[in-house]
Amino acid sequence: MSPVTWDAVTWFLVGSIAVGLIRVFIGPTTPDRLVALNLVAAQVLAILVIVAVKEDLSIYLDVALVYDIFGFVGLLAVTRFFSRGKEGL
Amino acid sequence: MISHILVQLFLVLGIIFAVIGNIGVLFLPDVYTRLQASSTCTTTSVFSFFIAGMIDAGLSPLTGKILVITLFFVFSSPVAGHIIGRFAWQKGAVPWRRVRKSE
Repeated sequence: MSPVTWDAVTWFLVGSIAVGLIRVFIGPTTPDRLVALNLVAAQVLAILVIVAVKEDLSIYLDVALVYDIFGFVGLLAVTRFFSRGKEGL
Repeated sequence: MISHILVQLFLVLGIIFAVIGNIGVLFLPDVYTRLQASSTCTTTSVFSFFIAGMIDAGLSPLTGKILVITLFFVFSSPVAGHIIGRFAWQKGAVPWRRVRKSE
């Protein structure tokens, strides 16, 4: 596989993350920001896997697995923290 | 040769689904509709990239590690979507409804 294709996909994902961050910034409520942040985290995971395949280095995959686990735990912590208050967004 | 065609097919599929998911998250009007766009399209696009990576790596340690990440993502992504939806529902987010002009 030519490295040009992997480079193109990586740059496409970087632009896609930039578009997803717009919703993180302008999202009116907390769940909107969480939805967009979940999307950005999944695309960063895809970037890590693609860079690992392109460079043929498996250390990026360890980073990707730990990033996924900590993203999930962080989402749990954020929802648990914000659901303690009163109702209302 | 056939593997190159398969890799490029899955990469194009992942790019298409990523574009659809980003458009949905940007332009849909509600938390729940945005959650649906984000959850389904992102899961499909990321799985397409993972499958492309696994086909390109062949039988190697990279494939096993990508398989482990895929198995964890299978469990974590729907659970995260469910948690966000339940959080929005408990916070009292009102589902979007089309405003009727003629009443």
